[in-house]
Amino acid sequence: MRHILSILVENEPGVLARVAGLFSGRGYNIETLNVAPTLTEGLSMMTITTVGDEAIIEQIVKQLRKLVTTLKVVDLTDVKSVEREMMLLRVDAEGSKRAEVLRIVDIFRCKVVDVSPDELVLEVTGTQDKLNALVSLLQRYGIKEAARTGAVAMRRGMQE
Amino acid sequence: MELTGAQILLESLRREGVEVVFGFPGGAVIDIYDQLPNYPLRHVLVRHEQGAIHAADGYARATGKVGVCLVTSGPGATNTVTGIATAYMDSVPVVIITGQVPTPLIGNDAFQEVDIVGITRSCTKHNYLVKDVRDLSRVIKEAFYLASTGRPGPVLIDLPKDVQTQLTEYKYPKTIKMRSYNPTYAPNPKQVAKVAAVVRRAKKPIIYAGGGVIASEASADLAWLARSFNMPVTATLMALGCFPAEDPLWLGMLGMHGTYAANMAISNADLILAIGSRFDDRVTGKISEFAKNAKIVHIDIDPTSIQKNVPVDIPVVADCKSFLTALRQTLEPTLEAEPAAGLEAWNSKVAAWKVEKPLSYNQEGTVIKPQFVVETISRLTKGEAIITTEVGQNQMWAAQFYAFNRPRSFISSGGLGTMGFGFPAAIGAQMACPDRLVIDVAGDGSIQMCIQELATAVCYNLPVKIVILNNGYLGMVRQWQELFYKKNYCATCLDVAPDFVKLAEAYGAAGFRVTDPAKVESVLAEAFALPRPVIVDVVVDREENVAPMVPAGKSITEMILV
Repeated sequence: MRHILSILVENEPGVLARVAGLFSGRGYNIETLNVAPTLTEGLSMMTITTVGDEAIIEQIVKQLRKLVTTLKVVDLTDVKSVEREMMLLRVDAEGSKRAEVLRIVDIFRCKVVDVSPDELVLEVTGTQDKLNALVSLLQRYGIKEAARTGAVAMRRGMQE
Repeated sequence: MELTGAQILLESLRREGVEVVFGFPGGAVIDIYDQLPNYPLRHVLVRHEQGAIHAADGYARATGKVGVCLVTSGPGATNTVTGIATAYMDSVPVVIITGQVPTPLIGNDAFQEVDIVGITRSCTKHNYLVKDVRDLSRVIKEAFYLASTGRPGPVLIDLPKDVQTQLTEYKYPKTIKMRSYNPTYAPNPKQVAKVAAVVRRAKKPIIYAGGGVIASEASADLAWLARSFNMPVTATLMALGCFPAEDPLWLGMLGMHGTYAANMAISNADLILAIGSRFDDRVTGKISEFAKNAKIVHIDIDPTSIQKNVPVDIPVVADCKSFLTALRQTLEPTLEAEPAAGLEAWNSKVAAWKVEKPLSYNQEGTVIKPQFVVETISRLTKGEAIITTEVGQNQMWAAQFYAFNRPRSFISSGGLGTMGFGFPAAIGAQMACPDRLVIDVAGDGSIQMCIQELATAVCYNLPVKIVILNNGYLGMVRQWQELFYKKNYCATCLDVAPDFVKLAEAYGAAGFRVTDPAKVESVLAEAFALPRPVIVDVVVDREENVAPMVPAGKSITEMILV
């Protein structure tokens, strides 16, 4: 099962390597990884999506907590949470294709962030499913390049 | 007062109470060595950096204090990696200080540069690269704190050469502020109450003690619990000595080379109190067959150890000493009103297993049995010596046939199984305990991995004894080849070996050789009485095997007994 882990860590050199090394050293796989400083100085938030059964995820969470530079680990799979990912797509939009691509842009609430005579660069945010759906729709027009951030996630308010 | 980085390091070591540093100099630590004579630290110059880290490890295991190791950059640092991993696997508090090339050269493939922080990330509890001399005193304080608290372990400080010469105002922190590191010592009272209840109800309980009992100095509390409730005690390799071997409740070690009684008792128990042990695969055998009918209580300071290998009914995250103290406080007041159950049926069954298939060997004829040598050492030293071991058959015979009565008396590489560990560890233990007899039980294969440390032992007049159980083989691998690989003795026969007696003498130590069973006791006694390092080369039965043995992947009740 896919799990989303939210990990609060000290923002110092080597922390990412410690976390990533923990996964690789134990044969676990990181599906996506996103890391950036938080609003609190000196701290960073990592969002990692990974796949494993309950026993593996329990070990991953415990091992992450064991790292001296880790403050908090939450498995967001267990709580109500929101998840978003951003993607940039360079799509072939030459001639007659352009109108159709723009229609899809509207439906998926994407933004066109760059225009050239024969291609568009689109920005889209959403869940992994939404992004995958967009990719599969646009493939017929020709996706020249794609860059995805991986998921960022946060628990919802008013948790029971 | 302004001090250089090198002075800050040494002054901070002094303030941490460090008395001995095991090290080997080099270009990247020469500034530290330049200052060393100005500080009240005893430096032990080893002959190989692996010796330094194992000696620091042995010192730490013998005392419970933090062992310290100082080496140079590049090869000096990488030579410690085996020892760091050894200490990590066995949760031993060690601080390793490595020199590093000057900060402007880091990452440039400079002479004698390696990314030792990167290399040791997975085998240290934590590690630091100090790039600013102003961070140094805090880092040292944190390193000692991290190494010795929670689940102990090795912490490495990588110190660039230019940081060692930079000046800064010296102030050693009195307290530690680490918002992300808060080990849990005290157990949850509800969990303790649950454990107390199951201890009361159990009809067939067993205590399965691990190295955590020794690390947390909880032996006396463990003995109280066992004796108050008539619970038999078994232990991992790491915990030998945590409960006196002479006590009738003692079953011996369990697992792959454990006793029949211990393996049968844990397999038939209805309650397993696992205290500071981690259900290593050498202990459990086939997991699906392990202690199928037992309720398992697992106490460990490291939450990652709990539920890792076996499902646990009552998990308790706590320091073993804190847990056992809390359990005693819960149970002791009730003992008068409600005495502990006698458990006569269970205890007599366990006693029968002990009698039925005890550890045994047959010392007949003219060939010396290795078990006889260990038993003789045990008898001569009354179970009071510090025994270190190498790895393999020698290690298992030492674990099986020496009657350990005190904690911190058995020093062996359990988790990593590091050949070459025992002798330098013995040097560290002897530095820590000058008044105790320290004996390395070795194999002829293992001893050759760090034998150059004989020079260290002679140089510092450390009267460490090395007893080589010399069978001319890499014995444990040969045993596996015999039993499971159709006697294909590939690369395990040590055809060429040094004359260990002459080798000892070449280094300035004493050497003895024994080939006659009748002379084992007298030669060992003579060797132990000598106030200098000694090698006793005991030529033993070449094809003697360690028994019992549980084949890999089998249940621990499926023992090969002879």
